[in-house]
Amino acid sequence: MDLLYRIFLDPFVQMGTAPDLLVQALWEGLVAGVLYALIALGFVLIFKASGVFNFAQGIMVVFAALILVGLHQLGVPALIALALTIVAMLALAVAVERLMLRPLVNQPDIILFMATFGLTYFLVGFGELIFGGEPKTMIADQLYLPSGAIELKILGGFVSLQKIDIAAAVIALLMVVGLGVFFQTTRIGRALRAVADSHRAALSVGISLEQIWVVVWFAAGIVALATGIMWGARSNVSFALEIIALKALPVLILGGFTSIPGAIIGGVIIGVGEKLGEFYWGPLLGSGIESWLAYVIALVFLLFRPQGLFGERIIERV
Amino acid sequence: MRPRSRIDVAAGEIILSVEGVSLSFGGVKALSEVSFDIRKGEIRAIIGPNGAGKTSMLNVINGFYQPQQGRITFKGKTRAKMRPHEAARGGIARTFQNVALFRGMSALDNIMAGRTLSMHVNFLWHIVRFGPAMKEEVAHRRKVEEIIDFLEIAHIRRVHVGRLPYGLQKRVELGRALAMEPDLLLLDEPMAGMNLEEKEDMSRFILDVNHQFGTTIALIEHDMGVVMDLSDRVVVLDYGRKIADGTPDHVRSDRAVVDAYLGVAH
Repeated sequence: MDLLYRIFLDPFVQMGTAPDLLVQALWEGLVAGVLYALIALGFVLIFKASGVFNFAQGIMVVFAALILVGLHQLGVPALIALALTIVAMLALAVAVERLMLRPLVNQPDIILFMATFGLTYFLVGFGELIFGGEPKTMIADQLYLPSGAIELKILGGFVSLQKIDIAAAVIALLMVVGLGVFFQTTRIGRALRAVADSHRAALSVGISLEQIWVVVWFAAGIVALATGIMWGARSNVSFALEIIALKALPVLILGGFTSIPGAIIGGVIIGVGEKLGEFYWGPLLGSGIESWLAYVIALVFLLFRPQGLFGERIIERV
Repeated sequence: MRPRSRIDVAAGEIILSVEGVSLSFGGVKALSEVSFDIRKGEIRAIIGPNGAGKTSMLNVINGFYQPQQGRITFKGKTRAKMRPHEAARGGIARTFQNVALFRGMSALDNIMAGRTLSMHVNFLWHIVRFGPAMKEEVAHRRKVEEIIDFLEIAHIRRVHVGRLPYGLQKRVELGRALAMEPDLLLLDEPMAGMNLEEKEDMSRFILDVNHQFGTTIALIEHDMGVVMDLSDRVVVLDYGRKIADGTPDHVRSDRAVVDAYLGVAH
């Protein structure tokens, strides 16, 4: 009886008695969610255009951040380093297309998936060789990212909002809207969707697969860079960041592998769910609930909507 | 089917010629030393028993396969190797034996995808959606609507293609190919799996495309009645070799062709 009370009633009583704490939890969940969404976005882009789950997205985040920080350490001004990093991500996209995708064209998806594993380990080794393995500090101030916090006095208490979190949310939102519009309204966007549906048919109307692959990998690289800057600014830039790629999985399951809005909403649901679970139900089970709660939420969703919240439901006549 | 006034294409210039093309997959010879040509404005049928290499031939023409031997000259340009999107750029459009549509898109978007190549406005304009991008979109949309009217599929333009019956899917696929305004249209079994009425509709569209737009067409078809009615000239393949080439009447009475279809008594 006491246990039932603690699971089903007590958390809500707490939410009611300390609303400022609830707002703080919601806000932190929202920010974490937006950052998960950013990672998931990188996956969605590549999955949409090639049906490949790009395992290397996590390491691309680290790699982009390392290049940025590394260039700055060499004395390159921050904004120029940022521009050069974007160029480097373009070079990476071209290299991936030439050396990895083109020789494997028409192979089953699982082969391409394995190839992205290979790419992951290559980038880990290559990154360590060039930049070394020790954690680095993100050059947040030099990139004019705000720091510090805003204290809000509401609901009889304090809520503190980190400025960097606000910036992250804004940037993520802009990227999602930008990519959404890009996919829906532009000629290249339509070509991307065409390639996602049928390689053969896309080729027959004159769409170049090579070009499309470079475009999506480049876009995923830019998303990785943004993710790297934001995550790097919150903790630091190290190879451990690669693990956040796994955090994107439940987000993808929730949002659907092919939906850009799905990625952002899935991210927010996971982020908020995690934080609320940790604040209010965590003490019941001991802490550490954060590491698996996301997967449980995703699993429950899978039961009801196997295609994800916004996944394309392909209707076929049989 | 309405009677067709045979336009005189016999003297027409050659738009595509295939010379000594051989293609093999491992030890299997799909095509050996096949040569034929297609004249501007004609409807050219490629027929033959199952496994004769007809689809392989189309795949070679639009660059899906690279032949090990032989040359292909299209619009005066001879090429050793051409990739599919380059063939499309050069003016070759096609449909597929087992329909290949963009399943996640509506019929309209599928046909619009056929205009991809002729859209040139920078994508940044497309993002803002006004000015040149809007003008371009409207112009292409008008063209696409003409094709939709022509193929009588106006009522299904917003429907996702996966939900359409097979006959209509084939029509949308034809529409997408037409949207490219091709010089040469390759149709791989445009009437496979259709009932009589659908076949008649499709035959009418093929003839109209040929007459109204002057599009040169190469088609693979199994229904001999259709082939004899539609085509100006027929090339017959069997086991990857060409065994006959000529007018429908000529081919019909050819000994080798009859043997290939009916089998020879040994």
